[in-house]
Amino acid sequence: MNSLKDRAAAIAAEAARLGKPVYKEGGSKDTTFRAELEKVSPKVVTLEEAIRKTGLKDGMTISFHHHFRGGDKVINMVVAKLAEMGFKNLTLASSSLAGVHSPLIEYIKQGVITGISTSGMRDALADAISHGLMEKPVEFRSHGGRGSAIMNGDIHIDVAFLGAPSCDPLGNAAGYSRSENAKSICGSLGYAIPDAHYADKVVILTDDLVDYPNTPCAISEHDVDYVVVVDSVGDSSKISAGAIRDSKSPRDILIAQTAAKVIENSGYFRDGFSMQTGTGGASLQVVKYLRQGMIDRGIKASYALGGITAHMVKLHEEGLIGKLIDVQSFDKVAAESLKNDPLGHKEVAAYEYASADEPGSATHYLDIVVLSALEVDVNFNVNVLVGSDGVIRGAIGGHPDTAADSALSVIVCPLLRGRIPCVVDEVTTLITPGNTVDVVVTDFGVAVNPRRPELAEKLKAAGLNVVDIHDLRNRAFGIAGTPEPLKFGNKVVGIVYNREGSVQDVIYNVVD
Amino acid sequence: MFIPGNNPGMMQDAYIYKPDSIMLDLEDSVTMAEKDAARLLVYNALKTIDYQGVEMVVRINPLNTPYGKKDVEAVVKAGVEVIRMPKTETADEVRELEAEIIKWETELGCVGRTLIMAAIESAQGVINAYEIATASDRMMGIALGAEDYSANLKTNRTPGGAELLLARETIVVAARAAGIACFDTVFSNLDDMDTFRAEVELIKTLGFDGKSIINPKQIPVVNEVFVPTEKQIEKSKGIIAAIREAEKNHSGVISYKGKMVDRPVVLRAQRTIDLALAAGVITKEDLQ
Repeated sequence: MNSLKDRAAAIAAEAARLGKPVYKEGGSKDTTFRAELEKVSPKVVTLEEAIRKTGLKDGMTISFHHHFRGGDKVINMVVAKLAEMGFKNLTLASSSLAGVHSPLIEYIKQGVITGISTSGMRDALADAISHGLMEKPVEFRSHGGRGSAIMNGDIHIDVAFLGAPSCDPLGNAAGYSRSENAKSICGSLGYAIPDAHYADKVVILTDDLVDYPNTPCAISEHDVDYVVVVDSVGDSSKISAGAIRDSKSPRDILIAQTAAKVIENSGYFRDGFSMQTGTGGASLQVVKYLRQGMIDRGIKASYALGGITAHMVKLHEEGLIGKLIDVQSFDKVAAESLKNDPLGHKEVAAYEYASADEPGSATHYLDIVVLSALEVDVNFNVNVLVGSDGVIRGAIGGHPDTAADSALSVIVCPLLRGRIPCVVDEVTTLITPGNTVDVVVTDFGVAVNPRRPELAEKLKAAGLNVVDIHDLRNRAFGIAGTPEPLKFGNKVVGIVYNREGSVQDVIYNVVD
Repeated sequence: MFIPGNNPGMMQDAYIYKPDSIMLDLEDSVTMAEKDAARLLVYNALKTIDYQGVEMVVRINPLNTPYGKKDVEAVVKAGVEVIRMPKTETADEVRELEAEIIKWETELGCVGRTLIMAAIESAQGVINAYEIATASDRMMGIALGAEDYSANLKTNRTPGGAELLLARETIVVAARAAGIACFDTVFSNLDDMDTFRAEVELIKTLGFDGKSIINPKQIPVVNEVFVPTEKQIEKSKGIIAAIREAEKNHSGVISYKGKMVDRPVVLRAQRTIDLALAAGVITKEDLQ
């Protein structure tokens, strides 16, 4: 039994027992110079080839990310191609949708898209859906909720189409490019990673095919089936359009300064704290005002989380914030910093960011979050999705995830927007439950959730104008008058999932 | 704080920024075409909005324009606390305004309710500053309007404000002689907060009671410059306590920390306490 020939019978017997074939010697090796081999990677195909090769069929689910926000070009491009190829009845599962995606209205009418799952939507598409464009209700989830739903199969993605500012021929993709031909940058690809990891087939679309190995990369070749080179995946200048702006409004500044005072006197403003700010003028600005407090008291933050902003990057570079954990880059400065300072950042997937059932989610270790709101009600419930006119005009984002997981959640919102009261009897749509909201900061005073009496005492002692939330509601209604109840139809156009997967609210169609 | 009288969004809740005084403007920030609409808007704002105790001022159009007298009627009827008269050059103009005010106050049965602040915006106005300041019992203050004044002088405004020095000093001296308040002109470059701060420090040194502003972001700077420091407040409290002690002992001589305190020191201490009270850094209870 000393030779391979002697052991042949035993090999055959073991193979039969294990249900495996017996090894046979293959052909000769490919001796091509490897750099040439990479260039003819079988993964690099045209968009149409990629779609055919993935085996996409009518009725399946396709997915996208929203890292280019208002500058995204991938969704419209891919759906147009799918329509041209005659696909019908597809479900579009995007991490979110923006105003730029209004062409989807036509594809919904044609029956190409019959289901949508997203964090939010705006403008014409949102208006049409609010008026009952789709038969099937749109499913709205938080970013953490979407991460969980992809992990547990509530959202099953058949084919993910993911835009990336750089990708090598084997599929290593990143949200920025280090090559001379870089056309775009979006920073973190955190919302695309779950799709890449869990989708049956993954297509990367890139406008900069770089040499192998593209490192560091957010999405690994292991998860990628096809790579498609396109003219442009997105307009980077529009990343900070839409919800994100650096406000010069005195009102936003007043609210941001008050929120900073709330945080500084909350008891959580201690060395080693962690923080996150949401979108919206006032909440983004809070960081600016906290900075001075950190310097004055000699306090440093351990990490800042979330959509990372230029303000956060500045504090990190000044040594006031240890690390930045990026599920998303809210502006170009943040995206460039992720590229140029890889040791300062941790790029995380949506489920590592905010999923309730992922023990390591960064939000579980979050001390302070500052979030904006369309409406807050007297029970501290918050709505960030549906306008006071009943029309969808926003996104859930990580709002309920961070409010629930943080030690201190601070909502910033003006008492009135024009003539519309933002502190109301009951929110139009329940997005973030009141039991997870600690403080509401308005331009007319600060309301503390009665569940946190110790917090109210601290803020009062610090000289903040702490008021009952009912007083804010009365003030708003006193100025603007009591709003007429909204007129809704009886068709459910949207379903809001709780981050843990339960159905939390429904949105009816609006009647003009 | 100046608020254009044709901007309801800014008028509705400008008090949330806690200025000491809000001035709704019917004059330069309102175009000819909007004069009537702005007057109506300001009237209704004064009648309906709860300004939370902030002093309300309206800058009217000059009486020699087709709008001035209508402005007076509207704002007196709306119960404004102070009328700011623009481009004041003579005491007679103040008396003319007073007569208009009295006409409407008489009709309403509230004679004496409305005070006057005169804006001095020309060389002639500066020359007549004291006469203007003493033209009426209703005069609560005089103010410098620097844009018109520097144009009238045939010069430009500079960051250091050398061109305004005589006018500023004259206005402070006139106001003090008349026993009324004086306010400095606006600073309109909102991006240059350093020069703004230097200007506020200058006008405080010159003796002004306050600074006109055009944006809420200027409020903290003015407060920081004008609000007395903790040390100044403590010292003033000590001096006031020493006065009380001296009064109790029927002593004519007041001493604080071994030094004799004379009248100007007492007045300055009282002014420090008044400012601290006004700014809310101390309360009346703190003085007990």
